[in-house]
Amino acid sequence: MRVGVVVFPGSNCDRDALHAARLAGAESFPVWHESTDLRGADLVVLPGGFAYGDYLRAGALARLSPVMGAVREHAARRGLLLGICNGFQVLAEAGLVPGVLLRNASMRFEHRWVRLSVERHDTPFTRGIPPGMTLRMPVAHGEGNYFLPDADLHALEERRGVVFRYAPPEGNPNGSVRAIAGVVDARGTTCGLMPHPERAAERLLGSDDGMLLFRSVVEGVAAASLPPSVEVGM
Amino acid sequence: MTTYRYAVSVMPRDGILDPQGRAVETSLPHMGITAVHGVRIGRRVELEVDASDESAARVLVERLATELLANPLVESYVVELLDGGGPRDTPETRS
Repeated sequence: MRVGVVVFPGSNCDRDALHAARLAGAESFPVWHESTDLRGADLVVLPGGFAYGDYLRAGALARLSPVMGAVREHAARRGLLLGICNGFQVLAEAGLVPGVLLRNASMRFEHRWVRLSVERHDTPFTRGIPPGMTLRMPVAHGEGNYFLPDADLHALEERRGVVFRYAPPEGNPNGSVRAIAGVVDARGTTCGLMPHPERAAERLLGSDDGMLLFRSVVEGVAAASLPPSVEVGM
Repeated sequence: MTTYRYAVSVMPRDGILDPQGRAVETSLPHMGITAVHGVRIGRRVELEVDASDESAARVLVERLATELLANPLVESYVVELLDGGGPRDTPETRS
């Protein structure tokens, strides 16, 4: 199982993601944003940070990086793709997952622990998470306010595209519509979420719930002798 | 080739939460102003385009506006030709 973590200028959670993937039993390696070679990654991670300084809009310039062509092809081949925080913003700007991340309703940079309900257990990212369990992870972002126009939102819910929602007691930190914290694309192989599973990778950090996500992917890929092509919903 | 100057004004669409505008508006009473409302904050991008004519230049600016400068899901934009619409000669001496 190979995990490639893309490093944009301004990424700052790349090492955490590399570490979490390693803890889950994967071989992980960085992929510089100017490279077009994903080196056989089964899972590509777009990590958190402030790619290109978040200029124009968060994620808007990063999606034009040379590596993104290879990332698109990887996703089109149903390769697994995970965008965390800024990586989710890049996925949304690239149109690889639906929606847009607006400025937090509070106008503040929200950095705190939240709780997530898991809406689906049949995705490669969540299949190892015990049903009924809520996940404790930190958020740290200024633009995490998930938004979709009503019609698109309806379509997203209809196809069960919402994977994570902010749950009590901490609740919704940023004003996201329907408390949406993470979504998958129609194939179910590209996932974006604002909270940081890689920052909840060891008990020492306050929670290791994030490892459930990394282990789901690693164990799922290991179980399949071929690269995964998982049919979920749709 | 001629150089044309444009301004692209990008605004949040109606109904889209504009927390910046709201923050400014809620601060106005601190200045003793109560008659101002409907504050919306967007972004203005000025740029220069080298093109054979204005319509070719505008096609490029429109593409840039839809694909990059504005996110059509939540933002609208207006393209404005600057300098009264007159083209500016590209300085041949520019290296």
